[in-house]
Amino acid sequence: MIRVILPYHLRTLAQVGAEVQLDVPAPVTQRSLLDALEARYPTLRGTIRDHGNDKRRAMLRFFACEEDLSNESPDAPLPEAVTSGKEPFWIVGAIAGG
Amino acid sequence: MSNVRVLVGTRKGAFILSSDGKRQKWTVSGPLFAGWEMYHLKGSPVNPDRIYASQCSGWFGQVIQRSDDGGKSWTLPGTPGGELPKGMGGMPMGEPNKFVYDTSPETGKPLTTHQFYDGSQHPWEFKRVWHLEPSLSDAETVYAGVEDAALFRSTDGGKNWHELSGLRGHGTGPMWSPGAGGMGLHTILIDPINEKRIYIAISAAGCFRTDDGGKTWKPINKGLHSQYIPDPNAEVGHCVHRIALHRSRPSTVFMQKHWDVLRTDDAGDNWREVSGNLPTDFGFVIDVHAHEPETIFVVPIKSDSEHFAHEGKLRVFRSRTGGNEWEPLTKGLPQENCYVNVLRDAMSVDSLDKCGVYFGTTGGQVYCSADGGDSWGAIVRDLPAVLSVEVQTLP
Repeated sequence: MIRVILPYHLRTLAQVGAEVQLDVPAPVTQRSLLDALEARYPTLRGTIRDHGNDKRRAMLRFFACEEDLSNESPDAPLPEAVTSGKEPFWIVGAIAGG
Repeated sequence: MSNVRVLVGTRKGAFILSSDGKRQKWTVSGPLFAGWEMYHLKGSPVNPDRIYASQCSGWFGQVIQRSDDGGKSWTLPGTPGGELPKGMGGMPMGEPNKFVYDTSPETGKPLTTHQFYDGSQHPWEFKRVWHLEPSLSDAETVYAGVEDAALFRSTDGGKNWHELSGLRGHGTGPMWSPGAGGMGLHTILIDPINEKRIYIAISAAGCFRTDDGGKTWKPINKGLHSQYIPDPNAEVGHCVHRIALHRSRPSTVFMQKHWDVLRTDDAGDNWREVSGNLPTDFGFVIDVHAHEPETIFVVPIKSDSEHFAHEGKLRVFRSRTGGNEWEPLTKGLPQENCYVNVLRDAMSVDSLDKCGVYFGTTGGQVYCSADGGDSWGAIVRDLPAVLSVEVQTLP
């Protein structure tokens, strides 16, 4: 199972706790992980990636294994520690605004 | 006895204020959607328990919420939270936050561009929903005014949205430009006698009208004069802040422009200024008394450089003559050291026998007058900055 940590406002929107677990078919990439997340929790569609072009929203970042994966290709394989469920994939709201 | 329900959108959540017809004792519920910007909430006139809400965030974008029990519970239309989707192939049954602008059917390219702050042409980019206007006859139909300025409509209770692109496609789109707060379509008025006639207003493009249910539109800005536009007869480019009408006279529309208060008696074909003796004719809100079509309310704001109450006094001005002759209404409102603003969607009226008037401030107060403006009291004083106020009069 893939583990995903959501920011506070997306937890309340999807009515879930901090961490959700997903079955994601291989190869596990940002795109396939987010596709699975949105299919399981459709309230999240458009809140992480823009409708139409599927680009990451500007004020969100993706982290895993203490690395910033935000600007990696959406089709690049995610680290083995994420695909094995050892480490979670973090979706983080940028610290900005007031 | 009738009741009133006041729907308040703020910078950090929504609140529902409830009272009986006396409007003296209030119940406050909220914050709903805490931490999100709630631009606007509005109930359906057909089914008052059906309420639509615009929820947005700089981080997570736009969400549309809907309640079918008067605000007690909320869902994203067509996308149940915390449950597996039940639609075909596991896909959601709606995409209530998907606002995609129409493109040219021939080329697939954007329909038009608009003027950007630097004078260059810029493509339309969706940012948020400023205003939701439920249909007067069908609870499933609702209009959304969005930034960048366009009009969308849902006919399935907010599950799916489609642009009424005749508005942007009529030819003046390249001359529209954003105001300081963005290029938002902020007001939608549906003619209660002829629902195919709709007025909308955009900052900073002006007013437009359709007479065929949204297929075709025309600018209706003749008589508006804006000092920053070199052409005194400019068809578009005016910074209209708000328009309002009385249901018994839908061809008479009142306007608070950036500067100037105006009225039209021919459905927008010609406007004339009625600022009269107002201490300043800059402001955002304007509304009409529920039972007196010539009684209107504004809140003068000092200037476009100083967005706060004039002379540090929070005053509603009322005209009983459809403009030109105005009286200050001050009883119960702070008359010194008050420097709040009242934003364009933050005034509303109820339809009780003694018409109630309501407005919210950027200081977080929501004021109510239960006697047509003669006296005022704060329902709440310390909410986040108020973006919108809508009132429902309930049986």
